[in-house]
Amino acid sequence: MESTRMESARMDSARSLSAIAWGRLRRNRVGVVSLVVVALFLLALLASACGLIAQDWDRQYALSFAPPTFMGASQQALQEESSAWAPDTGTQLDMYGLHDPLQPVLDQLRIQQAQGSGSFKGANENTPERSATLVLGADKWGRSIALKVMKGAETSVLVGIASALLATAIGTLFGAFAGYLGGWVDALIEWLYGVFTAIPYLLLVFAIAAVLQQKGVFTIILILGLTGWTGVYRLIRAEYLKHKVREYVLAAEAIGASHTRRMFVHILPNVSHVILVQLSQQVVNFIKAEVILSFLGFGVPVDVVSWGSILNETPNELILGYGWQLITCGLAMAILVTAFAMLTDALRDALDPRLK
Amino acid sequence: MAAYLIRRLVQMVPTLLGVILLVFLLFNWVGGDPAYVLAGKFSNPDDIANIRRQLGVDQPLYIQFGIFLRQVLTFDYGLSWSTQEPVSHIFLTRLGPSIALLLPMLILETLIGVAIALAVAYVRDSWIDRALTLSTTAAMSISLLIYIIVGQYFFAFVLGWFPVQGWANHGEGWVRYAVLPILLGLAVSIAPAIRLYRTFILDEMGQDYVRTARAKGLSETRVMWVHVLRNASIPIITNVLSSLPGLLIGAFLLERFFSIPGIGREVIMAVERSDFPVIKAITVSVAIATMVFNLLADLAYQWVDPRVKLS
Repeated sequence: MESTRMESARMDSARSLSAIAWGRLRRNRVGVVSLVVVALFLLALLASACGLIAQDWDRQYALSFAPPTFMGASQQALQEESSAWAPDTGTQLDMYGLHDPLQPVLDQLRIQQAQGSGSFKGANENTPERSATLVLGADKWGRSIALKVMKGAETSVLVGIASALLATAIGTLFGAFAGYLGGWVDALIEWLYGVFTAIPYLLLVFAIAAVLQQKGVFTIILILGLTGWTGVYRLIRAEYLKHKVREYVLAAEAIGASHTRRMFVHILPNVSHVILVQLSQQVVNFIKAEVILSFLGFGVPVDVVSWGSILNETPNELILGYGWQLITCGLAMAILVTAFAMLTDALRDALDPRLK
Repeated sequence: MAAYLIRRLVQMVPTLLGVILLVFLLFNWVGGDPAYVLAGKFSNPDDIANIRRQLGVDQPLYIQFGIFLRQVLTFDYGLSWSTQEPVSHIFLTRLGPSIALLLPMLILETLIGVAIALAVAYVRDSWIDRALTLSTTAAMSISLLIYIIVGQYFFAFVLGWFPVQGWANHGEGWVRYAVLPILLGLAVSIAPAIRLYRTFILDEMGQDYVRTARAKGLSETRVMWVHVLRNASIPIITNVLSSLPGLLIGAFLLERFFSIPGIGREVIMAVERSDFPVIKAITVSVAIATMVFNLLADLAYQWVDPRVKLS
């Protein structure tokens, strides 16, 4: 009995922290479920980024605001479809002698339409292939909500992960230098930290968005990453303060390891669990921030769809009585955010070296 | 005490200078020349030169920084670029609605949050506690945007219980307009508040003095509401005070959806219109408020808990 316990203890100590943590995570049922959910989301995201699925998300699959299939087609939409709209070609507007700058373009479009070779999207607006229902319904332009939300997830999660990586990298670097070197470096970075935390986070993000004036996925990653490092910094600095006086670091110094080597080869692996948990938490925070920014129109450009830009369309849709987009997008977001938050908790428990 | 106060105020100076420098670099250096924006689409070089002279952007950067510093110290940020209204006037008039919305929200959130947290901490690990933990997790997973969109649609548009949008600063009108935004704000913020306060209270319930109080035969009500609550109120007060300035911005979505003329909505409009002076003024002012409230939180800390020595 005693020997087996010792045996298992010895085996336990021989395993690396990551192996122990992985074992703990696997035993945590909530952790496994959330890990699977997050992995499924990431797989779907990867597939849509590679163009395997949701590639033609902006095709008009169905009628405008087609309801989900399980609801059945709405009678009103079918009636509207049967009384098909005919393009108005005959009437000429009285321009009161003014020159319409779009006249040549419109003429050309009319000729194209008459020839039946309309290659622009609006031309096939009334083609019979547009269905009356879709799996999860259709938006205003008849695009599939399922594909659109998936494409939006790609943008939102990409922004979340990329900006979390950037913010965590900056926070770790600053924290390592401030905590390890101390002195004037520490004072300087602490001052910077004080400045960044004195301004409420979203206000700072708004101010930078106002100045940059250029929308883009890369810009928003940069904004979120450059402003969001303070939380990680605080924790990593405390860890480095604690670790730099430990025996193994002193031993490394004794055998002549340089400061850089001690900081990033010796100490960094020992604080990596803090970094990992922070990274996971930051992803959730930044996904939420991106959704709010894009909702307000300061985030992704108009030709990119994200969860925030989808939610932006929903208040007006609700008034018209169409809630499918809101429900689908809200659910997708809630599931991912909950799974990520629970995974963060499970990671924290699994990686905590004090727990046995 | 006075020495502590003075030292803390002096310590604020470098941070405040940093904030001013950050805002200045952002808007005067990264932001580029505003004259082209202001002159509009049909401008000539004379107009642009004139605007540059008026704004002082034809001066070297260090003189521009001096101008900005003077603006901060005198609370005179010039005129708004889009409405020509004095910026300080904008700030002061928008402050009222923001506070009229946020103060009741904060008070209700604290009272309800503490009461529920005390109740569930008392029955901890029971099914009520677990059910509440589960429902707060679920409530926190839904985006606050969805609370506001659905709440406004359902309670104001479908049921018609409240006006969809609008604002009045006081009296009956305030009650009419403010109730729905406050309720929605509470729906968003109450779940994290309960979770946080529950951990604060549980921390205190494990202490020796609680056992002593029970041992000398005090009623559970007295132990919870007097002994535990007084000690747990220390982190709670700190939390409430230091979250106050952030709330000013945090309520911007409520202000935008319900057309409440507050600070948050003003920031969003200023960003949409590239109204730099307004953004600069609000950023610096809110940063100062944050620092002051952090100091107040520390002072309150000592006032509630005499063991804490300020040094």
